[in-house]
Amino acid sequence: MTQDLIYSVCGIALFGIGLYGLIIVPHILQKILAVNIMGVGVFMLLVAAGHNPGGVSDPVPHAMVLTGIVVAVAGTALALSLVCRIGELQRDGADEEAAP
Amino acid sequence: MFHKLDGAKLPLGLRLICSAAIAALTAVLIAIVILSGPAAPGLQAEVAAQLARSGVDNPVTAVLLNFRSYDTLLEVAVLLVVAVATMPAPGRRLRPALAPTGDMVLIGLIDLVVPVVVVVGAYLLWVGAYAPGGAFQAGALLAGAGVLVSITGRFQFSFGALPARAILALGLLTFTVTAAAVALQTGVFFQYPTAAAGVLILFIEAAATISIAATLVLLYGSLVPPAREQESGP
Amino acid sequence: MDSGFLIDLVLAAGVLILAWLSLVATNLFKAIVLFISLGLLVTVVWVRLGAVDVAIAEAAIGAGLTGALLLAAWRRLWSQRRPVRDASGGDDSGGDNVS
Repeated sequence: MTQDLIYSVCGIALFGIGLYGLIIVPHILQKILAVNIMGVGVFMLLVAAGHNPGGVSDPVPHAMVLTGIVVAVAGTALALSLVCRIGELQRDGADEEAAP
Repeated sequence: MFHKLDGAKLPLGLRLICSAAIAALTAVLIAIVILSGPAAPGLQAEVAAQLARSGVDNPVTAVLLNFRSYDTLLEVAVLLVVAVATMPAPGRRLRPALAPTGDMVLIGLIDLVVPVVVVVGAYLLWVGAYAPGGAFQAGALLAGAGVLVSITGRFQFSFGALPARAILALGLLTFTVTAAAVALQTGVFFQYPTAAAGVLILFIEAAATISIAATLVLLYGSLVPPAREQESGP
Repeated sequence: MDSGFLIDLVLAAGVLILAWLSLVATNLFKAIVLFISLGLLVTVVWVRLGAVDVAIAEAAIGAGLTGALLLAAWRRLWSQRRPVRDASGGDDSGGDNVS
């Protein structure tokens, strides 16, 4: 019970930290990190809720978290490639403005 | 013009308000979790009761590929969508790969590690039927091997080619076709015949593993910097 | 107050501290490395919670591939922007400042 409680609270706190980062931290890459941290918090809450000390854990949250981890990395990659594209367009635009 | 990537800081007052709101939200959520007491018993009893009919002995694999197959199917579809989104446009000249590295330690390590990783990936895929493991873990591991290989620059994965695109779609295709095929026999989408469920699940997992690994390698490949910035080295 | 309880407390605190540090770091490279270590620590948390399947996936994806993706993006966009005179070497792995 205590173990579940520790990790549930930790998951919610991670979610809060991620939300803070998403809103407050100015840099875009760290905003992507923040979304990932929020995701980790949600996963932790889910797994802690399915944890059954001394017995068989609930496999359904485990399966959902597995799916979530893979989707999260796919989303991160999509966000990163969008950021890279935007950054390169910006750089090209700046170059054109500097040397027309 | 786009926003700057490292955007401006919010004004101090707004930051304080946001911080306070987030702290309050977190505190309320924590209070709810603490006060709500122990979670309701999960579905482990139901899963255990039906495990014999699922074709595998690992409850997580059973949930992923039998009881909640739609989740997994849609996840493979999400991966395919992301792969399409980051794929180089057809006909565009392929970016030159990273300059081949002369790092003997890296090359030697990869010669040792990659075969082992491939074997371990296949093992994880196989063992997923009755112990922790399965398609996602195996696919991620194989993708790690692929990333290591592409770091050396000795090989390049070209996902503009048609066979490579077929590999990306293989998982979703196999998944859907199998689900439809078993529907012909049992009448329900994704309702595997109990006797053949184990083989079908392994079949789907193998296809999904290949697609997941290929997608993740493609995602990495679409993010590595173009070679020209590195060729200008000393 | 057995040792397992203590391990859980330390792990949870470590996860929170790493998450916080990775968000407030002013050096992007440092933020990414802290995030990768967060993934490794979370892997241990999954093992503590008995979710070995999730732990394997997290070790391969959360700690491995996500880090590779982040570092690739960082290298492509931010590592070579600052040092104009040093653009040939690309060795500025210390990263640049965010602000």
